[in-house]
Amino acid sequence: MAEILVLVEHVDGNVKKVTLELLTKARQLGEPSAVFAGSGFENAKAKLAEYGAAKVYVADDPELEQYVAAPKAELLAQLVAEKSPALVLVPATIDGKEVGARLAVKTGSGLITDAVDLVTGDGGFVAEQSIFGGSTVVHSKVTKGTPIVAMRPNSTAPEASGGEAAEEKVSITISDGAKKAAIKDRVIEQKGGRPELTEASIVVSGGRGVGSADNMKLVEDLADALGAAVGASRAVTDAGWYPHQNQVGQTGKTVSPQLYVAVGISGAIQHRAGMQTSKTIVAVNKDAEAPIFELADFGVVGDLFQVVPQLTEQVKSRKG
Amino acid sequence: MNIVVCVKQVPDTWAEKKLDPADQTVDRKTVDNVMNELDEYAVEEALKLQESQGAEVTILTMGPDGATETIRKALSMGADKAVHVVDDALHGSCAVQTSEVLAKAISSLSPDLVFLGTESTDAGMSVMAAMLSERLGWPQLSNAGKVEVDGTTVKVQRLTDNGHDVVEGELPAIVSVVEKINEPRYPSFKGIMAAKKKPLETKSVADLGVDASSVGLAAATTAVADSTVRPPKAAGTVVKDEGDGGQKVAEFLASQKFI
Ligand SMILES: Cc1cc2nc3c(=O)[nH]c(=O)nc-3n(C[C@H](O)[C@H](O)[C@H](O)COP(=O)(O)OP(=O)(O)OC[C@H]3O[C@@H](n4cnc5c(N)ncnc54)[C@H](O)[C@@H]3O)c2cc1C
Repeated sequence: MAEILVLVEHVDGNVKKVTLELLTKARQLGEPSAVFAGSGFENAKAKLAEYGAAKVYVADDPELEQYVAAPKAELLAQLVAEKSPALVLVPATIDGKEVGARLAVKTGSGLITDAVDLVTGDGGFVAEQSIFGGSTVVHSKVTKGTPIVAMRPNSTAPEASGGEAAEEKVSITISDGAKKAAIKDRVIEQKGGRPELTEASIVVSGGRGVGSADNMKLVEDLADALGAAVGASRAVTDAGWYPHQNQVGQTGKTVSPQLYVAVGISGAIQHRAGMQTSKTIVAVNKDAEAPIFELADFGVVGDLFQVVPQLTEQVKSRKG
Repeated sequence: MNIVVCVKQVPDTWAEKKLDPADQTVDRKTVDNVMNELDEYAVEEALKLQESQGAEVTILTMGPDGATETIRKALSMGADKAVHVVDDALHGSCAVQTSEVLAKAISSLSPDLVFLGTESTDAGMSVMAAMLSERLGWPQLSNAGKVEVDGTTVKVQRLTDNGHDVVEGELPAIVSVVEKINEPRYPSFKGIMAAKKKPLETKSVADLGVDASSVGLAAATTAVADSTVRPPKAAGTVVKDEGDGGQKVAEFLASQKFI
C-alpha cells in the first residue's frame, strides 16, 4: 500500500488530537508513517501505534524544535527523497502550514492548505476546502511533485485501530541555512483545563458585549457547564480581556464545532470567517439587527447578563 | 536600510467573493478590489522604521493592471517607490509559482528587510513568508505581533497556537505581521498628492529572468477540479428574552441533544 507521511504535532511527546485525525485519515488512503521530530518520543510512541501508524520515523534531535519551520521541512524533504511517499499530511496549524510551504518549495510540489476532507479520486488525491469564509466548497488536486496537504483540525473523527508501529531512527544534519530563525524563548499563555479551541466539539465565545475581562467568567462558566472551549472576538483579545490565541476569526482560529455559542458578538465578516461552518450556531445579543442572527439556528435577543447565567444554571441542572 | 513590503490586491472584505466558472480562479472582475487588509499592517510597520531609522520603503506587488490602485494607496500612506510585476502569463499562478516570482523580484531589489501580511484574505494560505524565506535563504520571522530591529538583528514575538515565541534572526530577513501589531495610518491628502509623483516601475516575468511557461494556471502545482457555492443557511429561530431566554436556549440545546 502507498506510504503516507504524517507530520506529528506534539509538545514534549504529548501528541495533539489533530495528529490522531491525520493518522485516521491516512489509513483510509494508504499506509501511514508518522514522522516524529524533537524530544519526548517515548510519550508519543503508544498513541501513534494505537491510531494506526504502521511505521514511525523518529528524529529526536532537539535542534529540530529550536528554529522556525525550516529544520522540520528539511527532515520531511529527506524522507520524501528516501521513501518516495504518495502523500505528505501536515496539520493546518501555524507551524504545520509553514513546514508544508517550505517542503513544497524544496520538492517542487503542490501544497493544498486548510483541507477539510481528502479522498482518493481519478488520478490522485482530491482535497475538499471550504473557502471565502465558508461560502464556497472547492475540490482540488496537486498536479506536481509529491502532494502535500495541510488538513484542518476537527476534519476527521479520530479512530483507534490498535497495532504495532515499526520504529526507524532517522539521523539528520540540519543545515546552517535552516538555523536562521532561532527560537530564544517560548511563552505559554494558555488558560488551562479546557478543551482546545480547534479540537472542541462545543465552543462558547464572548464578544465586546461581555464588557470586561472579569465578565469573561460568565462565558467560562457556560463553557464549563457544556464541557466547551472558550473563544473570543477580536474586540475582546485586543482589549486584553482574553489571550489572543483564543481569538476566533479570519486572523484567529478557524473552528468548526458541533455547537458554537456567540455571546455579545455582533458577527462581523472577519469573525464569521472563523466560525461560519459550525454545525449549529446559537447567539445571544441585545441588538435584534446584529448580523450574527443571520447565521444563528437559535438566537435570543436579550441582555447577556440575564440570559447567560440562567442558561448556565439550566445546563447544569439538566445535566444533573 | 532598504525595506520591501509585499502587498496584494484582493476582493474587498465585504464583497461576495466567487470563483470565475471559466477557469476556477478568483473572480476579480465583478468585485471591488482593495489592498489586502493584513498588508496594511505590513506597510505601517515599514513606515515606522522609515521614520525611526530613515529606511527606504519599496512596495512590491504581483498582480493584474488594476493592482496599481493598491500600489498608489501604499505610496500615499508614505512608501517611497514601487515595483509592479504584471504579466498575462501570471494569471492563475499557485503559491509556489508566486513565491518564485516574488523571490526574484526581491533579490533584484537587495533589501535588508521584507515585510508581508500573514495572509491574504482571498487565498488565505499563510505560506508566503515561509516560501520566500526558503527560496532566499533568509530567516523566517513570521506571524509577528511585535518587531524590533537592533543593528543587524531582528527580534520578533511570533504568535503561536498557545502563546508566543521570541524569535531572532540576522538581516536580511523576512517578517510577516499580524493585525495586532499596529494601527495602520490613513493616507493624508498631502500623501495622496505626493504619491502621484512617486516612481512606479513595472516588470514582466522575462525582466525577472523567469520563464513565462513555468508560471500561470497551466503550469500551476495545484488545480481546482470543481467548486460549488453553498446555499445560504436557512433562517433559524430568534426569540426575544422575556425573562426566560436562558431557559429557551437550554430547551433548544436539549432538543438537539447537546445536553
Ligand atoms: C484585518 C482584520 C482582521 C480581523 N480579524 C478578526 C478575527 O479574527 N476575529 C474577530 O472576531 N474579529 C476580527 N476583526 C474585527 C472585526 O471586524 C470586528 O471588529 C470584531 O469581530 C467585533 O467584535 P465583537 O463582535 O465582539 O464587537 P462589536 O462588533 O462591538 O459587537 C458587540 C456586540 O455585543 C452586543 N452587546 C453589547 N452589550 C450586550 C449585552 N449586555 N447583552 C447582549 N449583547 C450585548 C452588541 O449588540 C454588539 O452586537 C478583524 C478586523 C480586521 C480589520
